[in-house]
Amino acid sequence: MHTTDICVIGAGPVGLFSVFEAGLLKMRCHLIDVLPQAGGQLSEIYPQKPIYDIPGYPEVKAQELIDNLMKQAAPFNPGFTLGERVEKITGDTAEGFTVVTNEGTAVSCKVIVIAGGLGCFEPRKPVIERLADFEGKGVSYIVKDPELFRDKEIILAGGGDSALDWTILLSGIAAKVTLVHRGETFRGAPDSAEKVFQLATNGRINLVLKSNISRIEGNGHLKEVHITDEKNEVNIISADYLVPLFGLSPKLGPIADWGLQIEKSAITVQTTDYSTNIPGIYAIGDINTYPGKLKLILCGFHEAAMMAQSAFRYVYPDQRLSFKYTTVNGIHSF
Amino acid sequence: MLVSITIEDRNGQRQQIEVPDDMNLSLMEAMKAYEYNILATCGGMALCATCHVQVLEGKDQLSALSDAELDMLDTLPDAAANSRLACQLRIDKSLENAVFRICGQEHE
Repeated sequence: MHTTDICVIGAGPVGLFSVFEAGLLKMRCHLIDVLPQAGGQLSEIYPQKPIYDIPGYPEVKAQELIDNLMKQAAPFNPGFTLGERVEKITGDTAEGFTVVTNEGTAVSCKVIVIAGGLGCFEPRKPVIERLADFEGKGVSYIVKDPELFRDKEIILAGGGDSALDWTILLSGIAAKVTLVHRGETFRGAPDSAEKVFQLATNGRINLVLKSNISRIEGNGHLKEVHITDEKNEVNIISADYLVPLFGLSPKLGPIADWGLQIEKSAITVQTTDYSTNIPGIYAIGDINTYPGKLKLILCGFHEAAMMAQSAFRYVYPDQRLSFKYTTVNGIHSF
Repeated sequence: MLVSITIEDRNGQRQQIEVPDDMNLSLMEAMKAYEYNILATCGGMALCATCHVQVLEGKDQLSALSDAELDMLDTLPDAAANSRLACQLRIDKSLENAVFRICGQEHE
């Protein structure tokens, strides 16, 4: 069990800056993020894209901004739990909260700050009837352990890099690999595409182009996959596993079940301090909504500063907050 | 100049919207301004496909697809030959009288 003052859910730019703002007020933070590294969307989706509207930076690459925010937070020694998704929160302001992840990691805290951005990125699922019925019973959206597919018949669907890479890797492990793609060319890495076409030419894989998966069948476990081509002809292929690989899309995830007021996939907050309808729980950054909300990193920074001032009264209920400037006393004399 | 565009929502309801062509807006931004339920997760960088639309009329007069747009559309399970990303379409006269159907993921 980790014990801290503030548990920050989400380690994107706004979550990271909240560590700094909390730190100035002598509050410790522990951050949890489902992604394996800090940085949120910036590190995961567009690390090399330039950002132009961060004050003081005419231009800054997304990853560079994250690196600097990490440096800025470092003096306050935040704890990190990465690669885990927050599943539930228990407790209240009187007793304190406990935040628990899908891996069983628990964080005891006085305040929760949700800086979850877009929520969790989850696999994008194709629209196939009964797909959900077979999840965990032959259908999965990631390849965790390639050995699971040894000597099995596997069908992969998709046209991106991950579909190509896994096709190549699994061609040496599975009994039979079929790759289904709705186009006839691949826009992934040319080397990988060439390898896939070569494997198909050599009969090592079954490459089905200009086709889509239209139906899946099984009895408690996946047994066959129906593939429809552009002429509407259906080809039925037996399969032990189907892995649709269509990238990631954002979902609110478990946050939706915590009793927070939600409007259009965002948490409603008070603009005085970005508090939610549950005392002691705040929401800052892209995950919140209020009249006039702007989904900008710089607005999230402002929200983090306001949140920290308000959170102080939960962490130090007997102390009076006196406002100070870093220019006068540095960052360690607050 | 105002550009007239028709948007078909996920329920098949059509509405004609008029958007100025001198504000450097994208179709995604225009649709959000008209309060269509679009996530536009990545903010217009062709990185998320939550502003996926299908061009029902006027496809041939639109600007060519960029590599980034093609790459992203290629990852979608439900993309079609007439698919575009609304964030990659600038509001100009090439969109006049075009009809778009919203396909991208909506708010939960």
